[in-house]
Amino acid sequence: MTAARDTWKRPPFISNPVVRWTVYIVAIVYFGWVAATMPIDWQRVIDGFGRAGLIFGGAFPPSFERSGLLIDGFLESLKIAILATAGGVLLSIPIAFMAARNVAPLPIYYLGRFIIIVARSFHPVIVAIIFVKAVGFGPFAGVLTLIVYSIGFVAKMLAERIEEIDFGQVEAMRAAGVPYLSTVFYAIFPQIMPRQIGLTIYQLDSNLRASAVVGIVGAGGIGATLANAFGRYDYDFALAITIVIVAVILLSEGISGQIRKRVA
Amino acid sequence: MSTISEQFGRDEWTRFTPKQRMQRYGIFALTALAIAWALSSIEVIWAWVWDAPSQMGDLFGRMYPPDATNLGSILRILWETVNIATFATVLAVFMSLPVAYLAAQNTTPNRVTLWLGRLILVTSRSVNTIIWALLFVAIFGPGVVAGIVAIMFRSIGFIGKLLGEAIEEIDKRPVEALEATGASRFKVIAYAIVPQVMPTFWAVSILRWDINLRESTVLGLVGAGGIGIILQGAIDTFNWPEAATVLLAILALVIVGEIVSAFLRRRIL
Repeated sequence: MTAARDTWKRPPFISNPVVRWTVYIVAIVYFGWVAATMPIDWQRVIDGFGRAGLIFGGAFPPSFERSGLLIDGFLESLKIAILATAGGVLLSIPIAFMAARNVAPLPIYYLGRFIIIVARSFHPVIVAIIFVKAVGFGPFAGVLTLIVYSIGFVAKMLAERIEEIDFGQVEAMRAAGVPYLSTVFYAIFPQIMPRQIGLTIYQLDSNLRASAVVGIVGAGGIGATLANAFGRYDYDFALAITIVIVAVILLSEGISGQIRKRVA
Repeated sequence: MSTISEQFGRDEWTRFTPKQRMQRYGIFALTALAIAWALSSIEVIWAWVWDAPSQMGDLFGRMYPPDATNLGSILRILWETVNIATFATVLAVFMSLPVAYLAAQNTTPNRVTLWLGRLILVTSRSVNTIIWALLFVAIFGPGVVAGIVAIMFRSIGFIGKLLGEAIEEIDKRPVEALEATGASRFKVIAYAIVPQVMPTFWAVSILRWDINLRESTVLGLVGAGGIGIILQGAIDTFNWPEAATVLLAILALVIVGEIVSAFLRRRIL
């Protein structure tokens, strides 16, 4: 008979010891190897701390002297966000229907999923660069970028909601011989509407955030102002812009959270 | 059989009551106004807008067929991108642990530390990775260091916030039991708090790794390392076939990342 254990030990994270130690060793080797082979110039990193002091010294106090430029940039960001949300959500609805397995035939389902995967995979900044090259600098490229960005999120979430609907109502209307579009309007839309409204508000908020970023590569809005300030070493103006961006994001997050709480 | 008016108090069936309809019209009008305001005042050269479809077609025409002659160096830098994302995620996870501890109402030592924790989280999350990267490229110069630090700074807020919420939701009883036995602060954390937030910890770390993979593809565009550098180079030299290869490589990377993270989530949770 084995003696009863007199000390308690915490059960290990992975019960099989061979697997556990393999995972540990692989992880350690990987991180050691990555750390050793990264092309890092330590001298420059050390110098960087001094430079950080200079930059922050130059950034304080933040300068709100050119607040006209700041407000114009923000209004442009807001316009970009509104137009992109409107366009993106309108386009998302048909794409979501395409990508919902229970209402679309198989080939159309695959096409819909493909559009969503491509729209989701590319970071908005990459999409922005391509649109800037194709249609020129300015807010129009930003609107197109954020339309793609909106489709990637709204169409995906909406398709998932459509797949979860109660199909009884659709069947009832089909049995009554109702045409396809009427089925969509009276049996599907009422079921997905709350989610659609919530998603639209969330996306408006999200687009406002993203519009600050796509501007850095020339797609209009406050990001363009920020990139310019940074490029001219106007760190005090850059800090002022950053502070306002953070404030606006917090504000819009609060507003959109309130609205979504009431809708849902 | 009862008539419609007996059932609903109305003669005809309509989808909305008059009040609902007024509210809907109000919201429609507001939306239309916002769009009209944006459309009429945005500084856009409309000729370019009408021209856009043909310009886009032209661009994709130039990208085809993708040119894979540089595939070797593209894959090498793609691997570097993965390393940046992974390394930065791991570092951020470690750094967000104390922040989450401070930012959770039931574990933070006092009010001041609570607000310190919250301040770190809000600052980190409100500034986009690219903006962090812009700052750190100015500090550390171009290269992977700026990229890793930028992704770290952004991830701490995300991981810390979700982890802090998980800590706030834990069952207090194990904590009280351990405290009653006179366990040290460290032991309470290790044996009563950590096991409860472990699932969230892994789920959040994997999710953030997946997001960071995407984010790290654009760091190079502001000079902070990774595949973005090659993309920028190809675009600047109008080498569209190579740009197409890079885009396809990024697409593959993101899809593989999503599959791996879905697999890990299923195995661990």
